[in-house]
Amino acid sequence: MAKRIEASGISAYYGAFKAIEDINMVIEPKSVTALIGPSGCGKSTFLRSINRMHEVLPGARVEGKLTLDSQDLYGRDVDVTAVRRLIGMVFQRPNPFPTMSIYDNVVSGLRLNGVRRKSMLDTACEKALRSANLWNEVHTRLSRPGAGLSGGQQQRLCIARAIAVEPQVVLMDEPCSALDPISTLAIEDLISELKNQYTIVIVTHNMQQAARVSDRTAFFSIDKTGDPGRLIEYDETNKIFTNPSVKRTEDYITGRFG
Amino acid sequence: MTAAVANALEARRLPRWAPAATAVAAAALAYVVFALGGVLGGGPVLTVVGAVVFFLAGLALASGIVEGSRAARNRIATALIYSAFTLALLPLVSVVFTLVSKGTARLDAEFFGHSMRNIGPQDNSGGAYHAIIGTLEQVAIATLITVPLGTGGAIYIVEYGRGRLALAIRFFVDVMTGIPSIVAGLFILAFWVLIVSPHLSPDGLPFYSGFAASLALSVLMLPTITRSSEEMLRLVPVALREGAYALGIAKWKTIMRIVLPTALPGIVTGVMLAVARAAGETAPVLLVAGGGAGINFSPFHGLQNSLSIFIYDQAGSASKYAPARAWTAALTLVALVLTLTIAAKLLSRRNKLR
Repeated sequence: MAKRIEASGISAYYGAFKAIEDINMVIEPKSVTALIGPSGCGKSTFLRSINRMHEVLPGARVEGKLTLDSQDLYGRDVDVTAVRRLIGMVFQRPNPFPTMSIYDNVVSGLRLNGVRRKSMLDTACEKALRSANLWNEVHTRLSRPGAGLSGGQQQRLCIARAIAVEPQVVLMDEPCSALDPISTLAIEDLISELKNQYTIVIVTHNMQQAARVSDRTAFFSIDKTGDPGRLIEYDETNKIFTNPSVKRTEDYITGRFG
Repeated sequence: MTAAVANALEARRLPRWAPAATAVAAAALAYVVFALGGVLGGGPVLTVVGAVVFFLAGLALASGIVEGSRAARNRIATALIYSAFTLALLPLVSVVFTLVSKGTARLDAEFFGHSMRNIGPQDNSGGAYHAIIGTLEQVAIATLITVPLGTGGAIYIVEYGRGRLALAIRFFVDVMTGIPSIVAGLFILAFWVLIVSPHLSPDGLPFYSGFAASLALSVLMLPTITRSSEEMLRLVPVALREGAYALGIAKWKTIMRIVLPTALPGIVTGVMLAVARAAGETAPVLLVAGGGAGINFSPFHGLQNSLSIFIYDQAGSASKYAPARAWTAALTLVALVLTLTIAAKLLSRRNKLR
């Protein structure tokens, strides 16, 4: 199920502006990798270039090489929808489809990619909702609108929707920043369970969260506003938070900077 | 400290009956001064205006003395907003009242079952059956033409269009919104009726048709539908599109299954506004469909009437029975548009989840 991501020399642009420069890192399968750093350092941009969501914005492009178990993700003949089916994504703000019920939201990825069989969709829906720890809360009201759930439930619905298509990798862009502590805890527990099956990359502003959920942590930073973001240090989470080898990482983690 | 000012947040307030009492007093004063006294020439309009002014002044005075100036300003602002609302509602109420009171005289089975064929100036009978058929067919065909084109154009502008071409299209859609309806009618007359239709008829002569009217109405409806759909599509959050892309859903499928359903209620409203406008158009239909007194079910050949032409004809007719027919046709037209709008709203809401 899970696959290894290798980025070499990744730079990303918004028009003429270079948002990240020369990122090299290997993301291990069946683990949680956290991306931390100050605002504007390019961690979300890097995350979005992994599943080719960066180029959705007009004028945005990515340079460098990115592979998923040695398959080139930016090759000339690569179908972006196929890439995104392999690499799912959860966004900062929960974005359930407002015209769809809970059930339709969860199976939307499958159904809109051609899966019609009701029994298959039912199975996938229950499995995804159970994996997202949401089944017990919603299984009696699957036909109710997804937008009627609480913020934390909506975010877990979005996670269920992302894993219902059985991706290899799940990217999470600050998935808890719009949630209260209890919902955050629910999502963090979920991340720890999901890593048994998926490769997970999570962007977070919350360093305690990075320390709690991740196995490896990458610290991104910029020299000054307008400069491209760079990968400063990438190591075991334990090492980053207790004994970082770069001074800037230590400054950031201890709150002296950023 | 006395008990009356124990709570610092409490202030003296006018009793609840004060505004009503002020209104009655203002009305009485205005009646005495303007209607009976004849100040400034008097008259009912001046009396009403004077009553409103007296009411505002009296309320401001009373509130200013008892409650202080901030509360007085609040009362004046509230009263002005309500007055503006009433003023805006007056024409609508008056139109509906006039239509209903004058339109019910001929609201009978004869009106909805017969045309004007062989109806002379001395006949009290005759109906708008042919005109209702014409309006329904012409507007339906125009809607069938413009809804796919209009929403398609809006989808292009919002989802695909980049750079100058999209900008140019937007600009020309804006320009088209301002085209006078008679110009649209003349265009279809010159283009369709005079140039194209001779090639379609066996005798090689140009002919009027309801379809030509549909084309003229399409020219008028297309920019309205495109612009309103465009605005509605822009309101759909980018986050929804990204959420769909991130699931590996193709762009066109995202548009068809996520973006359009989300924007649907707004698009339907825009379409119904365009339909309502088209149903009321007279000049372009008269130019290219020609009117006519008989029933013509075929929109593709021959003279066809419409409700708005019928109203125009009857209102200008010398027969003493014609005005009643015109009023009933006007009432029918408004009821038709209202029914269609309500039906469309219900249909677009049916998909909405509860």
